[in-house]
Amino acid sequence: MSELNKLTLADARDKLRAGDVTSVELTQSCIEAIDKAGALNAFVHKTPEIALEQAKAADARIAAGDAPAMCGLPVGIKDLFCTKGVPSQAASAILEGFKPEYESTITSKLFDAGSVMLGKLNMDEFAMGSSNETSVYGNAVNPWRREGSDADLTPGGSSGGSAAAVAADLCLAATGTDTGGSIRQPAAFTGTVGIKPTYGRCSRWGVVAFASSLDQAGPMTKSVRDAAIMLEAMCGHDEKDSTSADLAVPNFEAMLTGDIKGKKIGIPKEYRMDGMPAEIEKLWENGQAMLKDAGAEIVDISLPHTKYALPAYYVIAPAEASSNLARYDGVRFGHRATLEAGDGITEMYEKSRAEGFGHEVQRRVMVGTYVLSAGFYDAYYNRARRVRALIKKDFDDVFAAGVDAILTPATPSAAFGLGEMTDADPVQMYLNDVFTVTVNLAGLPGISVPTGVDSQGLPLGLQLIGRPWEEGDLLNTAYALEGAAGFVAKPGQWW
Amino acid sequence: MSIDTKTAAKVAKLARIKVEDEALPALANEFNTILGFIEQLNEVDVEGVEPMTSVTPMRLKRRVDEVTDGGQQDKVLKNAPDAREGFFAVPKVVE
Repeated sequence: MSELNKLTLADARDKLRAGDVTSVELTQSCIEAIDKAGALNAFVHKTPEIALEQAKAADARIAAGDAPAMCGLPVGIKDLFCTKGVPSQAASAILEGFKPEYESTITSKLFDAGSVMLGKLNMDEFAMGSSNETSVYGNAVNPWRREGSDADLTPGGSSGGSAAAVAADLCLAATGTDTGGSIRQPAAFTGTVGIKPTYGRCSRWGVVAFASSLDQAGPMTKSVRDAAIMLEAMCGHDEKDSTSADLAVPNFEAMLTGDIKGKKIGIPKEYRMDGMPAEIEKLWENGQAMLKDAGAEIVDISLPHTKYALPAYYVIAPAEASSNLARYDGVRFGHRATLEAGDGITEMYEKSRAEGFGHEVQRRVMVGTYVLSAGFYDAYYNRARRVRALIKKDFDDVFAAGVDAILTPATPSAAFGLGEMTDADPVQMYLNDVFTVTVNLAGLPGISVPTGVDSQGLPLGLQLIGRPWEEGDLLNTAYALEGAAGFVAKPGQWW
Repeated sequence: MSIDTKTAAKVAKLARIKVEDEALPALANEFNTILGFIEQLNEVDVEGVEPMTSVTPMRLKRRVDEVTDGGQQDKVLKNAPDAREGFFAVPKVVE
């Protein structure tokens, strides 16, 4: 059977269970697709031997009638996840050669469920970036191109490799992580679905830390149903992560009824930014109309502190990063610089970190160091944490008033060209996360769903934000939106 | 608050990242752009607002204070750039 790599998780699962295909066949199909897609630079460490071994084991499980939903399904893993014996370097030179002696909780869960790992996926270095251009592996490339153009576009970031791989059918789905929009923005740029669950839903154990109070993992998939299936396999309490929530994980897929009658959908006026492209405005209006047609009630809401989310994020995230990344010292793992005669331990730290960290990572670590330094801690860090409390309160108030979900654009534009932002100042790049970053600060679940294309044929996405711990309800609203939008476009295969 | 090259050098030192002297003016410039952006936070009235510490009200779980892990010296040292005789090795720290 050809083109098995183009299946969704749900379809592949059903075919596996019906005995129509084997996991080995599915896996082979993906391995072939990956081998032809070098131009996308999505898979940066391929693990075909591991994949085929896992696929054989999955086929045996399925034959024995012991098959959880993810059993036998080939997926890609973002390079940020530690995978035992397989390079896991967060797209950084400082972790060159690092092979963890342990498995992250999320990949353990996926493997226990029978999933097949095809390899590790490209990303921005330490998940710091919105275009996958800070990666030590070089840019991941979006399979989508502007009509009549062969210019390479960004797949977004930081989970750029994951988004490109799923959009190009190199794997059935992938893991991503999201600190300020790193799942939802790449999903929007590639016509795929990405959900960041409530903070605490997925264990962070074994995921290379960027900003610990904001980081959450989630699935990147071809459909909302697939997101429900894979999210359920990734979630759950983990005693190795003290912030992991000890809550039951519902059957998310069973909650996809498509019935959203009477649901209250909030439209925040503060997300109507000055200079927002007319296409994004139109996309957003269309989304509102679709949900209304499906029986939801559309209400105008206000989230007054929205404007301050990005500045607060660019204090809190670098502060936490500067602390987390202190572990890269050239002693326990990763890169150590070659020292000159007379160099002591301080020179070892300074040279190893200067050589190992890329420019953006160095900049954020230093900004974080500055805002945490004596005399500035209150003025910057504590003030940002106070503003964060107000941002969260904005959402709390809206949900308390009966709103079930909030609809916003996912990104301020469609995918931009690789290199187009090179001369922009760092803040320009940060604006990519303007619609997504509030959700991380408030710890809420958010999902990006493709709902249209722009005038150049590039995909655009809308974001739905849900109440804490109500991913099931959020997925169902997203499912209704997905059904109404009927987005089926795929990138033409040029690679 | 504007950052000069001297402050940029101090921050680089605190962060233990070697930055060459000729790169300091550009770095100071980038810091100023980012900090200028962050300055917006001063517009917000945060009087009486407690800094947010956790995203959901959750008590940290407690457990019995006992050893749950360990005895993995080989694994711990496996990825070290320089490990000798069961230890991490670093340049001389004290004379």
